[in-house]
Amino acid sequence: MPAHRLKSVGRNVPRKDGFDKVTGAARYIDDIAFPNLLHARTIRSTIPCGAVAGIHLDFDAAGFTAVDHRDIPGRNIVALIDDDQPCLAEKTIRHVAEPILLLAHEDRERLLGATVRVDYTAAAANFDPERSTLAFKRVAIDKGDIDAGFAMADVIVEGEYRCGHQEQLYIEPNGVVAVPERGGITVYGSMQCPYYVHRALKVLLDLPDDKVRVVQTETGGGFGGKEEYPSMIACHAALVATKAKRPVKLIYDRVEDMLATTKRHPAIVRHRTGVKRDGTLTAVDIDAVLDGGAYATLSAVVLSRGAIHAAGPYRCDHVRIRGRAMMTNTPPNGAFRGFGAPQTQFAAEAHMDRIAEATGLDPVRVREVNALRPGDTTATGQRLGADCSALQVLREAVKRTDFKRKRREYARTANTRGARGIGLSLFFHGAGFTGAGEVKLASKATLELTGRGARIRVASTEIGQGTRTMHAQIVAESLGVPYDAVDVSAADTAEVPDSGPTVASRTCMVVGRILQRCAEEMKARLGDLTPKQYLKKHGPLVITRQYERPAGMQWDDESYRGDAYGSYGWGCDVVELEVDRDTWQVTPLAFATVHEIGKAIHPALAVGQIEGGSAQGLGYALLEQVVMRDGRMANAQLTNYIVPTPLDTPKMEVVLLENPYAYGPFGAKGVGEMPIDGPAPAVVNALRHAGFDVREIPATPERLMRSAPRTQSTRRHFMESE
Amino acid sequence: MSVRSVVSVVVNGRRRRLAVHPLKRLLDVLREDCGLTGTKEGCGEGECGACTVLLDGTPVNSCLIPAAHAAGARVTTIEGLGGRRGHPLQRAFVEHGGAQCGICTPGMIMAAVVLGPKPSLGEIKAGLAGNLCRCTGYEAIYRSIRKAV
Repeated sequence: MPAHRLKSVGRNVPRKDGFDKVTGAARYIDDIAFPNLLHARTIRSTIPCGAVAGIHLDFDAAGFTAVDHRDIPGRNIVALIDDDQPCLAEKTIRHVAEPILLLAHEDRERLLGATVRVDYTAAAANFDPERSTLAFKRVAIDKGDIDAGFAMADVIVEGEYRCGHQEQLYIEPNGVVAVPERGGITVYGSMQCPYYVHRALKVLLDLPDDKVRVVQTETGGGFGGKEEYPSMIACHAALVATKAKRPVKLIYDRVEDMLATTKRHPAIVRHRTGVKRDGTLTAVDIDAVLDGGAYATLSAVVLSRGAIHAAGPYRCDHVRIRGRAMMTNTPPNGAFRGFGAPQTQFAAEAHMDRIAEATGLDPVRVREVNALRPGDTTATGQRLGADCSALQVLREAVKRTDFKRKRREYARTANTRGARGIGLSLFFHGAGFTGAGEVKLASKATLELTGRGARIRVASTEIGQGTRTMHAQIVAESLGVPYDAVDVSAADTAEVPDSGPTVASRTCMVVGRILQRCAEEMKARLGDLTPKQYLKKHGPLVITRQYERPAGMQWDDESYRGDAYGSYGWGCDVVELEVDRDTWQVTPLAFATVHEIGKAIHPALAVGQIEGGSAQGLGYALLEQVVMRDGRMANAQLTNYIVPTPLDTPKMEVVLLENPYAYGPFGAKGVGEMPIDGPAPAVVNALRHAGFDVREIPATPERLMRSAPRTQSTRRHFMESE
Repeated sequence: MSVRSVVSVVVNGRRRRLAVHPLKRLLDVLREDCGLTGTKEGCGEGECGACTVLLDGTPVNSCLIPAAHAAGARVTTIEGLGGRRGHPLQRAFVEHGGAQCGICTPGMIMAAVVLGPKPSLGEIKAGLAGNLCRCTGYEAIYRSIRKAV
């Protein structure tokens, strides 16, 4: 369909939830009143490893409800992938802040005043993923013959790169309210995945499908932090509500949210790369270790995505990637926008600038030589189609930012007090669940005809990214009705089918596509009738469709070979910064990015995703440092866990390119996660340009001070080791 | 809270006499005693600005203000800002993508209200330095404020 004929798609229509959000009318979980409510609180372990030896309730228990693992009617697990994480610890403690006991009271002050003493038998904790003996998951990707690849190399470049934890820091903390009703339980709350919560509650409470209802309330940000953790909180609140037979509110304050909930996995990534003198990669050998924390959560799939993206958007015939996610005694790490790819692509892109140095090429040239082109294959052997845009985004970003001139100009400021640097990163991001994941999910979407148009029923949640608006645009366009004639149901498991989780940049590309098929079917059924005429003549019309695998898409989970993702988005970031040589403070001066996303259904929302994700990425690169002491986050508050404020965030320029994906709605690919892949390596590469050899993020002033000043002599030290 | 005193405060133009603990946070007084849930709690430590309201016309973090401190003052919350069509800033935040998840939005708008018409980018950044947004990277918020008419 030619672009000029589109009436809803591609236009910046007013977002469905806009007015309620700017007037304060939108209802988040803490804004909703429930009668006869109890407040609940979680008693957590204070040691990282050991066993519970005794629990003492040192308060007058009148009016309190106390719940421990013996109150669980079903299985004591938070059902997800490995079923290893208890809802409430029975004896074994594997991390600080592990939930042990739940208390509830109708008076919040009395609840907070209650003192619980827990006796422990402490055991030796391990916080080093490389010394851990328990792997949650190992991944091996092999392509070609790695030894043959190294034999062809003129130069071998090695390096080790490290990333710390990162806190999602949604501004609304996690919270739910559980209401016992109809012989079962209803949970309202802030979440990304109502059906994850639904399943966890069924397993914990031993209830059938229809006795559990989960309703997403307006959600104040997620970024992955509300992918799996809300299942835990919902389980806790539901246990108390079931025992007390009253509604129970469980909302974390900021400190508890930061201490107890999941974070981005820290990573150690080692590269060994064979390169020809002209910059061509002959062998790519990567070893990636993720710190999973104390329980498996989503570590297996985070590692999978991280490993598949580890070689970056580059072609090479001989690739070996090894990844492992290891258990340690810190609170479990989990989903965070990017899901393993920001860590591995940070390493790949920081390494690529060192390859450029080692071969005497400039950072643009070495990427031009190696960037994936249509027809090339990725590390898993996926042959890329015409929607591969690595070179286009690179060239557009270089041109837009006048990169080469600034590179020469800033080089003259090295070793001055306000040294400037400019660096870039090239990256890609697969949309949708990895490999056979979408086939297994078999997501559904429903469209219901209404008198004025249609109502969307999906479990995809609005968490700020614009789900309701973007889905309504797709339906309006496909059905041929105005945008305003499309309504969107709340993500309530009693009303919507399981559309899969709202994660993995899949809500537009995957769920949007299913909705498009529903709308096309509805349009065909309507024929020449208006919705009102159809309803009068034929009665209700409800269409449900399920995910269909794109033709020719193949994946083998055993060998990790095949089409890892339906499609990839492509991005190139350019960062300009200044380093104060007295304070070692880094000031980002300008940020520009080119993103190729297939089709921007709502350009302003897409740009909003890219600007927001990029700001989070700049925080990851420079500011956001989780300090762990004996397995406990020592800076679990906003006073000293620093996220970018307006004054820390540089001017941002976003350029959208559209190279349509045949199986995305109107050509759209995923966009939510990709923006966070690029900023950290672009920052570190700009720091390298300014004279600082930094290989660990966040690049704090302390780390900058310690980093050895880069000298010309490193240029020809090909066999450099860490 | 057993200790209570009567605090008289004008909220969104309406005088209220509230029997509350004198140290109860203004944030909780607004949300629980006045039913005005548009003011949000993000951190409870005065860092995120989600609870920003105007106290006698000055933006404050209402999580740091005890009820007694607000006695006799005029408090304006997001609910008291616009009429039926909304304040120009509210309309601009909808139109230009200033609100994503929306949890920082009421505080962000209250901090922006005092910037007056046509603030410079530097004035906006300084004025919003105490308000965190994790969704937008702030650019869309600047666009919204600069285009508000």
